Amino acid sequence: MPNQPRPAWRELAGQVAMFGLAALLALLVALPVVALLFRVPPATLMAQLGSSGVREALRLSLLTSVAATAVSVLLGLPMAHLLATREFPGKRALEVLMDLPMVIPPTVAGFALLMAFGRAGLLGGTLSAFGITLPFTTAGVVVAQVFMAVPFFVGAARAGFAAVDPRFLDAAATLRAGEMHTFWRVRLPLALPSLVAGVGMAWARALGEFGATITFAGNLAGTTRTVPLDVYLLLHEDLAAAATLSLLLIIMAAVLLAAMRQAGLGLFAPPRAPRFAPPRAR
Amino acid sequence: MIPYEVRVNRSPNRAHRWLASGLFLLGALLSAPLAAQQTLTVFAAASLTEAFTDLGNAFERDHPGVTVRFNFAGSQALATQLAQGARADVLATADQRWMSYAKEHRLLSTEPATFARNRLVVVLPRSNPGYVEKLQDLTRPGLKLVLAGAQVPVGAYSREALRRLNGAPGFPAGYDRLVLGNLVSEEENVRAVVAKVQLREADAGIAYVTDVTARSREALTLLQIPDPYNPIAEYPVAAVAGGQAALAESFIALVLSAEGRRLLAARGFLTPGRVAP
Repeated sequence: MPNQPRPAWRELAGQVAMFGLAALLALLVALPVVALLFRVPPATLMAQLGSSGVREALRLSLLTSVAATAVSVLLGLPMAHLLATREFPGKRALEVLMDLPMVIPPTVAGFALLMAFGRAGLLGGTLSAFGITLPFTTAGVVVAQVFMAVPFFVGAARAGFAAVDPRFLDAAATLRAGEMHTFWRVRLPLALPSLVAGVGMAWARALGEFGATITFAGNLAGTTRTVPLDVYLLLHEDLAAAATLSLLLIIMAAVLLAAMRQAGLGLFAPPRAPRFAPPRAR
Repeated sequence: MIPYEVRVNRSPNRAHRWLASGLFLLGALLSAPLAAQQTLTVFAAASLTEAFTDLGNAFERDHPGVTVRFNFAGSQALATQLAQGARADVLATADQRWMSYAKEHRLLSTEPATFARNRLVVVLPRSNPGYVEKLQDLTRPGLKLVLAGAQVPVGAYSREALRRLNGAPGFPAGYDRLVLGNLVSEEENVRAVVAKVQLREADAGIAYVTDVTARSREALTLLQIPDPYNPIAEYPVAAVAGGQAALAESFIALVLSAEGRRLLAARGFLTPGRVAP
């Protein structure tokens, strides 16, 4: 049966369905963005950019999301390398653990963070003994963002490390390079496109983080009120300002995604790097 | 062409069976609510959560076949949701400001009627990590105070209370400034304020007395705000334009009835100063 030619109308119906559904999806994603553009005349956009509240939220968002991305890279690289290169008991559980923040609702994540690192949390006493307070502080915002964003970096970095052609590693081994030496000189450079893609995704996730932040770190202008929190607040106060900030967030994310795509670094982009290129070719 | 053989050869998987039974369960859960014929949608202030749930149960008992569905949130969120096109039959807010907002935006089909009043109270964690013994202690530097945002009714009332205490006997001038200097977070509704205090993350917060529910009482200590300084919150209710008018009006009638009063009083609300028609 499967090898008999199908009637022409079924082929046509399939084509119509494919283009129709694809167009529907494109509209579903594009319309809200376009609607925001209509809502915000360019003059309003510039005027809002000058307002101190908007600038304060933008500054805080940039500061915390960049810090969260740096922490994610620092903590995520060793984990990604371990998961890509080693087999050990409990590895499956660790993999699930690393993916968990991607699928739990951010509000739940924020609540769990409070239970762990809040003043009355499991580690609260220990932290305050060291003079560290996380809830209601900018550091708390960073912690919430790291929690939500780090899986994106670990996932991408791990895939990148695992995709490195073993022949290069073998070659390094014949030259008596140790594992760490090979990591820095062979594995890391070869996996760089994936790492950059991971950084981009983690940064975008940190920038858009809302639920964990508002639950764990609270909501105060200049300290914990990042752009997404400000948007939520402005929805009940000043719709033009809310639309402006939303648009800014979307533009920042779109520019980042487009730049990554241009460089062939998208998380789901087909690999463009030649598989067998020598490490320094790119 | 897809190599069909490969698919056929795949051994029956336990995961598939789990998935199938999961989908079946989901379907069963989704189809259950279809049995009710009529649904009344009520948008109510977060502080009304318990009282209105009681009222909803009473209403469902008196009106077989009707299901009451609630959206509890900060009044500012409810009013703006309606203005943005959300559908509801009844709106009950925690202040006149957001009810007026709804009225100005032609979102209502009846005149708002005030059905309850509420007092403010300072809530502290039972362990009192901030050593707050009296209202004056709220000015102590480093104290962690949580309030609702200024656009949330309880947030506006809280700031009003602090303003009234300004220079009152035993209170310094600029009392409100000093207290607001300790603000560490502005929450989006009154329940979030209570939660932050209950979790002992904040040293103090301001909420309605009714928010200290049976569940949270044991975790909290209360500090009263004396009467002349306590702005009494007023709760108006109205039918929403474009909703099911008859059903909405009979729900509002229940809220304003003696039984409604009794249920509201049981949850700690005060009866309105003037009896509504």
